[in-house]
Amino acid sequence: MKVTFPHMGYMYVPLKAMFKYLDIDVVVPPPCSKRTLTLGAKNAPEFACLPLKLNIGNFLEVKEQGADTIMMAGGCGPCRFGYYAYVEHEILKDLAVDYHLVVLEPPEKHIGELLTRIRQITGNRPWIKVINAIRYGYLKARATDEIERMSYQIRPRELKAGATDRALKQAIDEIDRADSPGTLPAALNRAREIMQAVPVDKNRPVLKVAVIGEIYTLLEPFANQNIERHLGQMGVEVDRSIMLSEWINDHLFMGLLKNVRSSQRFRKVASPYLNHFVGGHGEETVGSAVWYARQGFDGAIQILPFTCMPEIVAQSILPRVSEDTGMPTMTLIMDEHSGEAGMITRLEAFVDLLHRKHEQKEALTS
Amino acid sequence: MPVRVGIPRALLYYYYFPMWKKFLEQLGGEVVVSGRTTKGILTRGVQRCVDEACLPIKLAFGHVQDMVDKGVDYIFLPRMVSVARREYICPKFLGFPDMVKQNIPGLPPVIDTAVNMRKSSRDINQFIWQVGAVFGKSPLQSWLAYRQARQVHNRYIKLLEQGLLPEEAMQVLAGKEAPQADNNADLTLAVIGHPYNIYDPFISMNIIGRLKKAGARVLTPDNLTEQMVNQGVSRLPKKLFWTLSRRMTGGALEYQRQGKVDGIIHVAAFACGPDSMTGELIERYIRREGKIPFMSINLDEHTGEAGVITRLEAFLDMVRWRRTAG
Repeated sequence: MKVTFPHMGYMYVPLKAMFKYLDIDVVVPPPCSKRTLTLGAKNAPEFACLPLKLNIGNFLEVKEQGADTIMMAGGCGPCRFGYYAYVEHEILKDLAVDYHLVVLEPPEKHIGELLTRIRQITGNRPWIKVINAIRYGYLKARATDEIERMSYQIRPRELKAGATDRALKQAIDEIDRADSPGTLPAALNRAREIMQAVPVDKNRPVLKVAVIGEIYTLLEPFANQNIERHLGQMGVEVDRSIMLSEWINDHLFMGLLKNVRSSQRFRKVASPYLNHFVGGHGEETVGSAVWYARQGFDGAIQILPFTCMPEIVAQSILPRVSEDTGMPTMTLIMDEHSGEAGMITRLEAFVDLLHRKHEQKEALTS
Repeated sequence: MPVRVGIPRALLYYYYFPMWKKFLEQLGGEVVVSGRTTKGILTRGVQRCVDEACLPIKLAFGHVQDMVDKGVDYIFLPRMVSVARREYICPKFLGFPDMVKQNIPGLPPVIDTAVNMRKSSRDINQFIWQVGAVFGKSPLQSWLAYRQARQVHNRYIKLLEQGLLPEEAMQVLAGKEAPQADNNADLTLAVIGHPYNIYDPFISMNIIGRLKKAGARVLTPDNLTEQMVNQGVSRLPKKLFWTLSRRMTGGALEYQRQGKVDGIIHVAAFACGPDSMTGELIERYIRREGKIPFMSINLDEHTGEAGVITRLEAFLDMVRWRRTAG
């Protein structure tokens, strides 16, 4: 059995670690690329959202490397993601690409269903080992998140263009290479040092922009056309509303770990703009705009895949939030036709606007 | 003077209007319905709504705007979260009242109480009491009003299951004659789609009417009982968590299983999320078996009538030709 899974940013680092820890053969799909998207868009339904198309591409590409079992998350609505795995499986079936599908999702009747599904992958390895593997995976997710966060601070202040990106890649590889829970802390330390070694101008004035919206397009740099890097290079410090480890704690551990940032803080302030959850991260998106405005951010950019239902609800409400809080917002919609050049132009215009607003504010208060 | 409550002729109108009307009238309201869909109503909806929203939501914006123009005292827009256990309506229905409130100026008070029966069907009582309270009724009075409304709803569903379409069933409820079954039809087609798409003659380019005129008997998923729909949908690997999509998919697969229809037409709205998934599933299941002709039509505000007519004609020709050849 060779297990694989779809890409979503650096999620492959913790997942790969977990499988290796359990001595399960794992194949990581090649990084998302134009080819991945072309393969996916060709075979997926036209109006399906971008993540599904990229997933299909991932599965087709990784089949070439001998993977035979897909592990996917699921859900029970109302966002489309809950039915992804099954639609993808039917599409692959018609393409005669044979996969064994294991979907991890909230059980319909009994917790036993979920445990049986986990067993399909873990075989008869003891549960305690499985639990340790999950813990180990979570720590790796925490580590990659911390390094990514550091890059947000460093990139707009770097003295040599591109230095942060090179360091980020090295640092993530460092964490990826740590092959046991014991060696992870040292690897994280080395990763931190790599990041801190990037020469920066600490006094450079920067704008602060929050990137909010749908989780997949936020986390997968190919899907968002490297928006964080582009913003950073324009002298913007970024904060992303969803980090992988926070999401894991919120949704898989049911918020078990305390003292961790949680999307709870967004849901609390979504009302009165949006008074009900709408599936996916729609409610969090509206709330995060309010929250970041209160934190004094200069602007927020919502990213969503074309036809994403919960985010469209949020999108139609964001202009009102922006009007009330005075924080400009912009929406970027991603699909297989999105081009990087077009996005950069829009980002530049948005950043210009924020600069002007920022100067006006300073002129008034000084 | 009774309170005038507006109900937009959109979204779940074709499922629940008879019940909602009775309920609101029993509570002492006067029900006003927005006009039939016109180019003007759709255009005003498109102007008020974000571009990326699906066609039915844009249209619903237009109907709400029409109610505003009509100057009603309240607009009845219950937040339709869930109408069945462990199921949802689509996410946009969950956010629809907020989308409307943030984007349509001059809105009268909106009755946006949530209908959420995801955990238990008894949770509908919350909804009944809260809506009743708007009209100053006690929980008991509200419940009695709802009980009467429920009876109307049951009669309505019975009529649909006998083969009537929503507009026809509503007329029967209003005391008019049931339309005669068309005995000249030489073939039967199933039209599968969301009620707010296939039953709105403007949005659907009157697909159902055209098919009937061309000599076809038309069946929709709403002509099946709940058990039949569930039997159809039981072939899927996982329970579908959208009520409307479960009905559509179950309907299509059940008609396929029964083998009594000569063709299946799937009508989807542009940018509809659930349609993009269930349409794909329906098509793959039907094509894999390869027995029943299948066609999918996508609708949006730019759809031209001529294109739809051509495709319908071609499909009918093909179905008839297949029959004589077979």
